[in-house]
Amino acid sequence: MATLFVQGIGLCGPGLADWAQGAQVLGGQLGYARTPTAVPPPARLPAAERRRAGAAIKIALAVADEACQRAGIDPALAATVFASSSGDGANCHALCEALAGSDRLVSPTRFTNSVHNAAAGYWHIAVTGRAASTSLCGFDTSFAAGLIEAAGQLHAQPQPVLLVASDTPYPEPLHATRPLPDSLGVALVLQPTGDGAIARLTIAAQAPQASTPCRDTGLETLRQQIPAARALPLLELIARGDEGRVVLDCQTGLSLRVDVRRP
Amino acid sequence: MKPVAITRMTVTSALGAGNETHLQALRDGRSGLAPCRFEDVALTCHVGEVAGVDAIALPSELEDHDCRNHRLAWLGLQQNGFRAAVRAARERHGAQRVAVLLGSSTSGILQTEHAYRRRGPDGALPADFHYAETHNTGSLARFVALALQLDGPQWVVSTACSSSAKVFAAAARLMELGWIDAAVVGGVDSLCLTTLYGFNSLELLSPQICRPWDAGRNGLSLGEAAAFALLERQAPGMPEAQGWLLGTGESSDGFHMSSPLPDGGGAVAAMQQALAGAGLQPGDIDYINLHGTATHNNDAAEDRAVQTVFGPATPCSSTKGATGHTLGAAGGVEAVLSLLALQHGLLPGGLNRLQPDAELHSNYVDQSRAAPLRRVLSNSFGFGGSNASLVFGAA
Repeated sequence: MATLFVQGIGLCGPGLADWAQGAQVLGGQLGYARTPTAVPPPARLPAAERRRAGAAIKIALAVADEACQRAGIDPALAATVFASSSGDGANCHALCEALAGSDRLVSPTRFTNSVHNAAAGYWHIAVTGRAASTSLCGFDTSFAAGLIEAAGQLHAQPQPVLLVASDTPYPEPLHATRPLPDSLGVALVLQPTGDGAIARLTIAAQAPQASTPCRDTGLETLRQQIPAARALPLLELIARGDEGRVVLDCQTGLSLRVDVRRP
Repeated sequence: MKPVAITRMTVTSALGAGNETHLQALRDGRSGLAPCRFEDVALTCHVGEVAGVDAIALPSELEDHDCRNHRLAWLGLQQNGFRAAVRAARERHGAQRVAVLLGSSTSGILQTEHAYRRRGPDGALPADFHYAETHNTGSLARFVALALQLDGPQWVVSTACSSSAKVFAAAARLMELGWIDAAVVGGVDSLCLTTLYGFNSLELLSPQICRPWDAGRNGLSLGEAAAFALLERQAPGMPEAQGWLLGTGESSDGFHMSSPLPDGGGAVAAMQQALAGAGLQPGDIDYINLHGTATHNNDAAEDRAVQTVFGPATPCSSTKGATGHTLGAAGGVEAVLSLLALQHGLLPGGLNRLQPDAELHSNYVDQSRAAPLRRVLSNSFGFGGSNASLVFGAA
């Protein structure tokens, strides 16, 4: 079991512009209308990095930035956990195509951006952040894995942890084997104590149990389609100002129970 | 941090399968690197290819996971009684209390590279391509968890070349949090076109065998490896520790995607944090296993960082002249080599250095020698400015 306090949230996805609008949708005040994800430009990045950043980096940075601003923390001081199922799918496709060609000419920028921790690297450059950073992957359950890792970090070092879960779609032909329909990113600024927090989370591993669906059917579709959207039932509770429990798919053989309380 | 017992470890690389061949190779100063004959790669370079990976057959229930990376993982799991040790740990603690946290940089991407050459007339990938089981970055943890029948928290850390050092820290944290009693950690990365042609595009691939800390060093040699360690909470009936994880340190450069901070500031922070976590002073470290990739800038920045923290006396070397740079597996490989060095009182020399670099001031050791080692620090630094240092202690 572990307790974490949510101090700020960032959100960007299909029909979810940011946490301000997204909280109204998830809280039930606004109807959900699915529209293609619109990612704001990465204002924080230096010009050279901005030119090199692909869609996966941009959405991760957008939600990271929003969560830090809402939490009112200095982003340079936060440790980070970046959870993603796929990294930059378009970049991966371009590399595989180049390597299947006869000259195998690979772009150095594409190769550098192919690392799973590209978004983390760009973020720490953008904010000149020297704190610890982890990038991880647990396929469909990457968000739950990220939450567990963030809990471990908070326990070991009582400093804010920025958790970013984000996914972007692959182009064809990889899309057919991993059909992610659009991009979605969620970021949480997590603290070990409750000052200024908007929710208290108590998380625990448990025997496998059916995961909690979203209340809204459109959001539930999204939850099932994009790994990072597995966070939405948790955000629904927070947006409604409710207390309650959500069960997240953790992996085969384990579920993650999250009890949400007002701080 | 509370020291964590390492009850079993194993390494498979171009030096051979299992710990004994590695120990012997380190004693003999033998390198596993050879001119590249991997697939049809037309690059002048050396690679550390593991013999016999193509011939490995996975058990039929795991055949959807078949790719070079998982064949290499499977080969590694068979060595040094590792599977039996994990089975015993599972019986002691329960399958849900044993985590599988592994590092990989490129996972099974070679399988995807092959699939892209076999696209149908409609451009589709062949039907025998299994994305979730081979390509996905998390697939290594899933494969190993299935192979070892473990249900604890499982994921892959993918922070380029620091990946499989960082999983030791993640496992220690989950243990301190009380979520797990044991963890299978380590890393697997295998040769692929992405990294060979990618490092070549960055002009970081040496046309000769890599020469860490040499005045004329001109790039890295890639290798592949599988390294695993079993971390356990002390409990009655637990086997004797083969070594201890004493401290971990992690930091970010926040500077550049593919070049380190020139003063090695990020590396300094990681090393100091690892020492502090272990409750040790720099003088308590008997040997440093350097990241030592043999690229000009990396070795220079790491040398400055070592000078800042340790000064010029502490013996150090890079073992990448023997194994090659195994990327996401490097942290795990060098953790096991550090543990073997502690266990057998062997200070490993770094290979292939022809001419010491007058600009580098660390106490670089060329020849392996017997030495009573009590504590070793191992460095792993990766693209994206990701730094990790681990401190290990003798049993």
